[in-house]
Amino acid sequence: MKDFRRISVRHLTKSYGDKTAVDDFSLELGEGEFVTFLGPSGCGKSTALNCITGLVPISSGELWIDGELLDDGKRSVPPERREFGMVFQNYALFPHLTVKENVAFGLKLRKLSRAEVDRRVADAVRLVHLDGYERKFPSQMSGGEQQRVAIARCIVLEPRLLLLDEPLSNLDAKLRIELRYELKALHERLKVTTIYVTHDQTEALALSDRIVVLRLGRIQQIGTPEAIYSDPANPFVADFVGFKNAWRGEIAALAEAGERLRLELETRAGRLEAELAYPAGDPRRAGLVEAFERGSPVVTAVRPEDISLVPSGAGRNSLRCTARLVEYQGHSCQVSAGLEAEGAGAPGDSPERVDLRTAACVAAGESFTARVEPGKVLVFPLGEAAR
Amino acid sequence: MIAVSIERRLPRILFAAVIAGYIAIVLGIILTVVLNSVSKGWYSGVLPRTFTAEWYKYAAADHDIGTLIAVTFVVALADVLVGLLIAFPAAYALARSEFRGKAFLLSLFLLPMIVPPMAYGIPLAMLCYKLRLAGKVAGTVIVNLVPIVPFMILVLMPFIEQVGTNLESAAKMLGAGRATIFRKVLIPLTAPGILTAGILSLVKSISMFDLTYLIAGGRNQTIVVALFSDAYAAGARPPQSVDALAVVYFLISMTCLCISLRTVSPTQMVFKLK
Amino acid sequence: MSGARGSGTALLLFPAILFVALLFVYPFGYGLFTSLTGADGGFTLGNYARFFSTPREVRTIWTTLGIALPVTLLAVGLAVPLAYHMRRGIAGERIISFFLIVPVTLGTVLVSEGMLSFMGPNGWLNQLLMALGLVSKPVQFTHNYAGVAISVGLQGFPYAFLMLLGYVSGIDPDLEKASQMLGATKWQTFWKILFPLMVPGIAIAFCLNFVMAFSVYPSAVLLGQPSGPQRVIALAAYQMAFEKFNFNAASAIAMIMAAIELLVIAAVLAWRNGMYRGASIVGKG
Repeated sequence: MKDFRRISVRHLTKSYGDKTAVDDFSLELGEGEFVTFLGPSGCGKSTALNCITGLVPISSGELWIDGELLDDGKRSVPPERREFGMVFQNYALFPHLTVKENVAFGLKLRKLSRAEVDRRVADAVRLVHLDGYERKFPSQMSGGEQQRVAIARCIVLEPRLLLLDEPLSNLDAKLRIELRYELKALHERLKVTTIYVTHDQTEALALSDRIVVLRLGRIQQIGTPEAIYSDPANPFVADFVGFKNAWRGEIAALAEAGERLRLELETRAGRLEAELAYPAGDPRRAGLVEAFERGSPVVTAVRPEDISLVPSGAGRNSLRCTARLVEYQGHSCQVSAGLEAEGAGAPGDSPERVDLRTAACVAAGESFTARVEPGKVLVFPLGEAAR
Repeated sequence: MIAVSIERRLPRILFAAVIAGYIAIVLGIILTVVLNSVSKGWYSGVLPRTFTAEWYKYAAADHDIGTLIAVTFVVALADVLVGLLIAFPAAYALARSEFRGKAFLLSLFLLPMIVPPMAYGIPLAMLCYKLRLAGKVAGTVIVNLVPIVPFMILVLMPFIEQVGTNLESAAKMLGAGRATIFRKVLIPLTAPGILTAGILSLVKSISMFDLTYLIAGGRNQTIVVALFSDAYAAGARPPQSVDALAVVYFLISMTCLCISLRTVSPTQMVFKLK
Repeated sequence: MSGARGSGTALLLFPAILFVALLFVYPFGYGLFTSLTGADGGFTLGNYARFFSTPREVRTIWTTLGIALPVTLLAVGLAVPLAYHMRRGIAGERIISFFLIVPVTLGTVLVSEGMLSFMGPNGWLNQLLMALGLVSKPVQFTHNYAGVAISVGLQGFPYAFLMLLGYVSGIDPDLEKASQMLGATKWQTFWKILFPLMVPGIAIAFCLNFVMAFSVYPSAVLLGQPSGPQRVIALAAYQMAFEKFNFNAASAIAMIMAAIELLVIAAVLAWRNGMYRGASIVGKG
């Protein structure tokens, strides 16, 4: 294995005319790390990836590997010399070459001996469980098999960095999960530094050591899967990882209790209490304090699974709702409900929507009471959403 | 330290040089002919010294230029229209259907493009003489169809293949019958292909010499036949008048090409053969 | 194929089949028949025997091949790198493509007249070459092999170029990126990946161009020495037909032309199949 320590992306920016695809992207990658660029279509994740490979010239910024400058916007090392491996969404296997020839392609360019090439190809093919397929052509194989050949073709070269651009998107659901396991196993075994691009948060959470969430070319948050999942930095990231119930409102009261911040909110969903664990010095704490002092609007975020049905009655954060749409999903029901009029919003507004997931199903049209723990209510200053 | 990226200038310079050389030759050829056709006594030196329009008048008087142009156009347009009527359905059938003998049929259709005109031209001409079509415009039209229809089929097929069958299925689901689908779905969507095939065939038809020559006589000559006759009969008429006629021919062709390029770009105009 | 659809297809194909049968198959068959008929109307191989036993006639085969093969190789050989360079689109693509295609509209007579003037001993090209000091006396571009070759090449190149441009544009761009990421230089990517995938297109471009070049006639007459070194086989056929009025012999020569063309095409297709044993189609998805 190549011996190296860090890959460093500094203030990478890529513009096409006056349209900026990637803006001020900075990231430090440690050896063996699995990092995912996550975001919706058009967020710049693939562009950022292609800038790192060298296939797309960068507009400004720097790309370093271990003290070697790969690209500074003016001069760059061409992709074929960077010793990176790339797996494409549509596999990009050479149609006129067999599996064996595809996998051996890079090795033969490096002028290794025939025996060495054969040995390494055999190892790689075995690693992706395609023994016996060596003589087949890509057109004779399924999507999942083709993708495995593509992976073998890269790893056989022992790249310094492995880049995967939505490699599972073209596969059907079952294959996607299967190949995801294989990718994880491969990574555990080979420990190649990897950058993975996807719009699927499940993949990102399952595979990554760290996730970079992107929106419109800008980094929204970098963190471990746990951090992204439970502690999103802004409403966009929250929504992307599955938080719903974004109710607008204002902070009526704020109390700082050591590590915790207790808020009372006047929202369109009624009066709510939230309890956030932001230590002193966390900028998010300061942001909320400022929103309180200025009276500026905020927005909540609550996971549907964190709202539970309760027998009717009062209690903190209770919501009286009427179910509108109920989706049975086996282990739970996804319910979209309307908040009943009392205490919610100004008269004339349509009822605020509540999304919850509950083990005990309700019927459409049924009224019920639900509540959420204050600790499960996230609050963000509303300005953040526009960033 | 940082590795300097390879200068990719060399291929670009070579490309520019080749293109420049090619264009220079083409322009040189065109310009000399044009200048010859409007000049007098230009035997050396960079530019002619005297200009005149007499060669065009000569060529016009020498040939019944009105008839020539008319016949050329009539033949070309008729060939294109009849050609499309024959080729489009065939191209559709070949693009959409799979059946035994498809490869054979396709090869059969393409054969007229491969076989030299002489091989079937003379018998075809004899056939036309027998049917008394020889000296007539209709004869010219029929005879020139033979290389044109395969050419059209070849050009049309990829364009039809590009129009997904699901569009036709969608139309069927909405209640359209086959004729309606043809009219309202297929033809509008293959319009670029039809235009391409039509215009390339127009240009080709104007240029086709061998077969027209074989049945030429009287009033069914096209410009290209007149041109060749003039050019071969070296010495019988001033060369500049041949140039004049050649320029007329060129302008007609060029106009057709320009019209086509306004509607379809060159890369769309290509046939992607599998 | 279901019954209804089958008859629909047959109906669509009917005009074309009728057309090909009447206007091509029948005349071609008749031509073949004519070539095998003697002056007395009986079956004979004499027309072919006459051709092959006359050295002057047989030489036309080699003369014509000597023009058609190199010219086609050059035209296709030039079209490949140009199409490759333009495959992703370049600045000024429309104008450049336009100029590359223009020779299609010129017609052989204009090209001949143009070459006789432009490339003649007193023409601009020689004036330029001498002014630049590259040559001391005019270069002979016309009334020789060069004249015929240039004329044929110039008129055939646009077709090869258009076809190859379309073909190479259809190759998945990710294949090139993958090749680069695996360490191949542009040169290696071209030879190992792109060229093999272009072979089918190259084969067809070659075949079509060769057929056009092998049938060369007006260019040879106007720009070459048709009674001598540039006596091409089409000329031999025309002479038989319109000077000697021996249609049987003319048909025989035409058939020989067709046979040679088919041989060359078969060879090219064999080469193509040898090079490209991978499965079928290139391109996305």
